[in-house]
Amino acid sequence: MKSPDFAYVRADTLDAAFRLKAQHGADARWLAGGQSLLAALAFRLSEPTALIDISRIDVLQGIAVNGSMVRIGAGTTHTTIGESDIIRRHVPLLADAVPHIAHTAIRNRGTIGGSLAFADPAAELPACCVALEATFVAASAKGERRISARDFFHGVYATALENDELLTAIEIPAAVAGDHHALIEITRRSGDYAMAGIAVALRRSDDKIDRVRLVFFALGDKPVVAHVAAGVLLGTDLVEDQIERAAKAVSADLDPPGDLNGGPEMKRHLAQVVLKRALLQILNNLMRMPA
Amino acid sequence: MTTNSITLTVNGDQVRRDVPARQHLIDFLRLDLGLMGSHVACEHGVCGACTVRLDGAIVRGCLVLAASLHGSTVETIEGVSDSGEIRDLQDAFIARNAAQCGYCTPGMLMTAADLLKSNATPTRAEIREHISGNYCRCTGYQAIVDAVETTAHKRRSSGPKP
Repeated sequence: MKSPDFAYVRADTLDAAFRLKAQHGADARWLAGGQSLLAALAFRLSEPTALIDISRIDVLQGIAVNGSMVRIGAGTTHTTIGESDIIRRHVPLLADAVPHIAHTAIRNRGTIGGSLAFADPAAELPACCVALEATFVAASAKGERRISARDFFHGVYATALENDELLTAIEIPAAVAGDHHALIEITRRSGDYAMAGIAVALRRSDDKIDRVRLVFFALGDKPVVAHVAAGVLLGTDLVEDQIERAAKAVSADLDPPGDLNGGPEMKRHLAQVVLKRALLQILNNLMRMPA
Repeated sequence: MTTNSITLTVNGDQVRRDVPARQHLIDFLRLDLGLMGSHVACEHGVCGACTVRLDGAIVRGCLVLAASLHGSTVETIEGVSDSGEIRDLQDAFIARNAAQCGYCTPGMLMTAADLLKSNATPTRAEIREHISGNYCRCTGYQAIVDAVETTAHKRRSSGPKP
């Protein structure tokens, strides 16, 4: 379908963006890469009065290391993140996630901030950011505030952002020795939204798991943190029996709604499958590492 | 209806137009510029029939607003056909019967050309992965993968282009 009618305005600075937002009001929406928003408008899921294009604002671009933190500008495209040496080295979970995000033509336009602010429950990046304990920087004419990834996602397409706020940057703690990660998803077609997926970040020292975050996507109305299954793994070493026990425990963490891909029972099954695959992948990598 | 004035380069020519704010790039190319090679199908980013090059990188034309393209450079199937850039790839598609109804073909060619630019020796799995965002409902993809593979092979054996 064709989109509803709206006005298009472009902001080249953050100040201009906030000014335009004040001018066009609550029904104006930010346009970043447009890869989710323009598709949603073609379905007429919303009818904004205006789109404020923020894709050419310089300060929203780029990837940098600040001490122990990696800062990613919200306007950075998936392609740029996937090609970044900083990301490969310091946030390898994101580097592994990028090839799963849609297709090349979409990754060339779509942005990390756009994906997070759109908050599709089946998207990879929200789950990755929760697993990595990322912090999101939101700005408005009134100033800046920081929101933890865990508090950011409220539900389907719903976030902690106020109407006049813009997501400007994502801050992620850089990986340290002993950190391991995996991202596994099951899709009908490579690049499609997941039927079920998981982002795993764990830290291991002296052959014991010190911390572990298991975050599912496409299995709830937002990223779902599996506390019960994580509790099974904490303080133990990663061995196949333990992985099996964690997979059995994960049902207690989930209440998946059915969708076009299948009912709740199938989703529960797929959750176990992706959890096991992810942890086995980490285990296999560990066994390949020099002692 | 809100309109915006844009000046951009399309297949090497500078064009200036007033476009409706909600118009996507493919409707602009087809309706305003008469470039009918880029196809409109799903119009929500799933099928890939509208794949074109924007500032050197392939995009979904249906997920880009024409109004946002002031100062940009667009290349379409007409541009890369006329320049001869993908002549060999097109020949391979014909030889292998990789186009049947032809609706997906322009987008498929733009996507395949994109792969061959960055990977001179793609495996069949890599070819499949790269075209996974482009639906074809006729061929079953085998012939398309064959054509892309053949083109990569021929380009390698004929040496790097000057």
